[in-house]
This record gives sequence, C-alpha cells and structure tokens, in this order.
Amino acid sequence: MPVIAKDPGYHGDFKDTVDKFHGKQLVNIYWEKHLMFAWPMCVPLPPEMPFGALIEAVIPSIFGAHPDFAKIDWSAVEWQRSNEPFTPNPAVSLVANGITHKTTIRFRTPGLNGLNGTGN
Amino acid sequence: MAAEGNMKPAKKLSLKENYALLTRGLGWEPSYQKQEDIFRNVAFEGIKIHDWDKWEDPFRLTMDAYWKYQGEKERKLYAIIDAFQQNNGQFNVTDARYIQALKIFLNGIVELEYTSHRGFNILGREFPGVGPRIAAQMQSLDELRHATTQIHAISQYNKYFTGLDNFPYQFDRAWYLSIPKSFFEDAVTSGPFEFIVAISFAFEYVLTNLAFMPWMSGAAFNGDLATVSFGFSAQSDEARHMTLGIEVIKFLLEQDPANVPLVQKWIDKWFWRGYRLLSLLAVMMDYMLPKRVMSWSEAWEIYFEQNGGALFADLARYGIKMPKHAEVTITEKGHVSHQMWSVFYANRHAVGFPVWLPSEEEMNWMSEKYPDTFDKYYRPRYEYWRELEKQGKPFVNTTLPQLCQTCQWPCLFTEPGDPTELSLRETEYRGEKFHFCSDGCKDIFCGEPEKYVHAWLPVHQIYQGNCFLPGVDPTAPDFNPLVEALKYMGIKPGVDGGDFATHIDAVNWEKWTSRPANMHEGAYTDAVRKTA
Repeated sequence: MPVIAKDPGYHGDFKDTVDKFHGKQLVNIYWEKHLMFAWPMCVPLPPEMPFGALIEAVIPSIFGAHPDFAKIDWSAVEWQRSNEPFTPNPAVSLVANGITHKTTIRFRTPGLNGLNGTGN
Repeated sequence: MAAEGNMKPAKKLSLKENYALLTRGLGWEPSYQKQEDIFRNVAFEGIKIHDWDKWEDPFRLTMDAYWKYQGEKERKLYAIIDAFQQNNGQFNVTDARYIQALKIFLNGIVELEYTSHRGFNILGREFPGVGPRIAAQMQSLDELRHATTQIHAISQYNKYFTGLDNFPYQFDRAWYLSIPKSFFEDAVTSGPFEFIVAISFAFEYVLTNLAFMPWMSGAAFNGDLATVSFGFSAQSDEARHMTLGIEVIKFLLEQDPANVPLVQKWIDKWFWRGYRLLSLLAVMMDYMLPKRVMSWSEAWEIYFEQNGGALFADLARYGIKMPKHAEVTITEKGHVSHQMWSVFYANRHAVGFPVWLPSEEEMNWMSEKYPDTFDKYYRPRYEYWRELEKQGKPFVNTTLPQLCQTCQWPCLFTEPGDPTELSLRETEYRGEKFHFCSDGCKDIFCGEPEKYVHAWLPVHQIYQGNCFLPGVDPTAPDFNPLVEALKYMGIKPGVDGGDFATHIDAVNWEKWTSRPANMHEGAYTDAVRKTA
C-alpha cells in the first residue's frame, strides 16, 4: 500500500543521494561479533579509493582499539556486501568492488568472536 | 426592574442537557459553504464515518468545567513547585546521576508535548464531529499545559546543573533528539485519523503507561518532588487521553468495516514506532535511576504483555489483531536497555549529559533482573571497559553510526534470535539503498517510501556539511567535523557530555551537598564530608 497523501502523486525529495556528499559516498562498516562497537560505522569515502586502503587505513582507525584487532588474519576474513558474500579485490576501487553509495560491508573474523567469545 | 425581580430563576440544567448544549449544541450545519470545503482533510485517508453523533464522549466534560479543573490543578502544582524551589529540592534527590535522566526527559519529552499540542490543535479544526473536535481541543490545551509545567518543574535544576538550558534549540538539531522529533513530526504530518490512532491509541493508550507509572514512581522514589508533582498533575489528563484513545478506536471500527484494515495498519506502524521511541525510557529506568523501582523487562511485562494483551484480546471482536512484531519487543526486553547504555557510554563525548559505568552493586541487580542476558552478553563488556578506565585509557567510539531510516536510532539492536549479531535490514527503492534497525522499521518504510526517503538523518546531514555554525570553514586544516557538529547541535564539547566522575555536575553536587554524586561508588572529590 503506497503512502496515503492528500496531494495525489506526493513524493518527498530524496534527502541523501550521492550527489550531496561532495564527491564521496557513504559506506557502512560492521565487524561481526564485536558489539562493543555497537553499530555499523558510517563513513564518507571516495568511490575511487582502493579496497586495500579500507583495510589498511579506514578499518584500523575505527576498530583498532579492540584486543582482537591485532590478531586478525586478513586473508581469512569473510566479507559480505549488503548481506551477500563477496571476495574483495584490494587493488581496485570500492566501486569496482561493487561498493556503491550506502553499501553496508560486514566482515567476520573466524576464530575471533569478541572478548572471550562473548560477541563483545 | 420589577419584572426582573418577579422572574423565577430558570431551572438548573441536568448534566446531560448542559453537556449537549455545550458540545453538540455548539456545532451547526453550514449553509453557504460546502461541508467538504470546510473539512478538507477528513476524506483523503479513506476512513468512512457515517454518523459523527455516534461518538460517545466518555467524560462528558465541557469547556467551562475543563477550565475550572485545570485551574485548580495548576494552583496546587505551582504551590508545590514554589515549596520545592524554596527548600532547594534539587539537592534532595538521591544523587547527581538522577539529574542526568532529567536531562533526557526535558530535552526529549517537553518538545513532544508541544508537538502533540499542535497535532490536537489541527484535529480540533479538522474533525466534522463536534464531540471529538472538543475532546481534541481539550487535549491540545492539556499538552500545552504539560509542556509548560514540565519546563517550570525542571527550571530549578537548570539553575544548578548543565545541559538543561538549550532544549528547544537542541530538539531541532541534536542527533539523538531526531528520534523523538521525527516520531511526532511523522504523526503530525499524516492525516487526522492516522494522527489520532497513532497518538491517542497506539501511543497514549497502549504505551505511555510505561512513562507515567514506573517512571513517575522512579522520580518519587528518588526524591524528585517537582517531577512527581508534575506527573500527578498530568495524570488525570492522561487518563482522559487514554480514554479518548480507546473511544476513537471503537468509534472508527464500529462506523464501517472498511476502516478495519486501515486502523490495523496504523496500529502496527505506530505501536512499533512508539516502542522504539520508548526504548529511551528503558535505559532511564535501568541505568539512570540511582534507586530503581522495577526493571524495564518487568515494566514491559506488566504494562504491555499483560495489559496490552488483554486490550487486544478485547479488540479481537472487531477483527483487530495484536500489533505486528509485538513478539519481537518481548524478545528484546532483556537487551534494549543494556545495548542502549553501551552506546551512550561509548559515545559519551557526543551526548548532552555525562555517562558512567554501572557499579558492581548495580551490575548485580542487573544479573538478578536479567538472568538470561546480562551476565552472558553485557557484564563482560562493562567489566572490560571498567578495566580500561583503571588503566587510564577508557574506551571511546568516534565514528558516526549507520542510522535506521525510519526510527532514526542507530542500527544498534540485535537479531531477535541472536544477541551477538546486529539486526540489519536493507531495501532498495528507486535505485537507492535504505537501512533499518528491524523488520518493524523496514515494513513501515516499505509501506510509505514516498515519505521516508525525505527523512532528515543527522549522520547524513553532518556528512553533507549541513550541521555547522555560520563562519565555520570545513577546509581549515584543523577542522574537526564531529566537534563542529556538536557545537551546531547545542552540545558544548567538554561541558555537557563526557565522563560522569569528573563532570562539573558531579563535582558541584559533592561541593554543595557533601554527599557522593554517585551513591554506589563513594565520593569522587574531597568535598564530601567524611562521617565514618
């Protein structure tokens, strides 16, 4: 059932289209089983940024304080892009990896499930 | 003159006649304007009303009586508030943490009362039926009175503590206050029937008992005479509002069977929206009341599972079912307050009040009240954070959250079946991705994407550069978008939020009262007189 509106054909403006972010796009990053970080982190990133930079610069600046972080084996990490598993290519851009505006990236670190495995 | 002297006084009208003359008798049939030109917003939602006179006003309250009752209540309330102020009642509350809960109350609730006043004002104009129109006008005045009395009740605290001085400004800007703001603005921008189902029924009738019963008992238990007096003064209004809520539902359902699916859709939507909004109350009850009355889980069980269950069993005869996703609220009741307090703690520099970790005594209370969840999922988190505090490197998050497009909470809630995973939902609409905290919020968006694509999400607004004060240069080398956004939101970095133990409210509390600012942890400063 569409919106019931007084004016026929009513449609609100899209408030968050990619053109409003000054050349960047929003990417949400969620480290599974580490809920001390409470929510997927929303960051504006250049679409042409290589995926490798996400691993080397962006993710450590957000999650680096966690005691599990230093133990991550990046070759074993399981990635999801909007709930679909995918294998990123670190050499190419976010967009070339299928990561567009407002994509949520989830990553799972096998064997690392938070403080004493409690998901924290 | 003589003739007048000979006149017998007119027979006093019966209550029923008086009521009829002062409500229905005030309406008239228009003769030179068409009915539909006068009541322009009553048809588009598709609700069918055949006979507005079938409306039964359960209170038979007329405007003259209304003014008299409210005037009496005001006189009593302000006498108590005067006494509270003269006795420095702000120092008689349990400890300075209680005042932090008041900050959420003032900054989050007062403006809702005011928006509600606006909404009922609109209904007082839009309904063709005189009975509901007068009921809406009275409620509109009630809501305005509640906003005013709340401001007055809490103004005394504002003279002594931070974070209470800028609430109308903050309400329109602070990131977490977009949650209550968007809730009521969603309601007020819908049609008159959706508004009244949303606010009078789903919110007032089904949910706000949680605010007016356990929260007000909590205020009393913690020695806050001002808030309790306001609560008592508002309670008889609330009883009237709740009765209006149930009367509205029965009236709509009895008028036409075609109304049932529309009403059900609104109940589903507004129950879920109201529930998400009230999660704030969960954290206030479990974490912010120094002396606790009952847990959120217990309150939810009494006021929703039992009372709400009985209500919907009664409405089944009209074909109305339990709100969609009600079962999720029951699964979540052991988690929401802990998840939310964790978020407040981790982001304490970005909220308008200081935050603390629960003490050992408090964690033991949580273990007892939340035997299935607290020790397993949340105690380890707090103990680790406590350890980090001892090491002098307290945990802090500095990255903004992915927000729910509908309720505007960060996506912080967990899967109903797995408390170690976030419940993340997503949909694509006209080529753009939208994110949600739950199936409930996703369903609401998918029902009306035309409306919710337009949501003002603070995180996205900050990143678009729309949340900085004039004169701020985002290209400056030392530009910090988070700090600048907080200033724009009316939150003074280093003054309003942060760690409770070193916060100015805690320091002043101990200096002025000689009592610990946190009764569960002992004194933070030397100002507390040693009596042992």
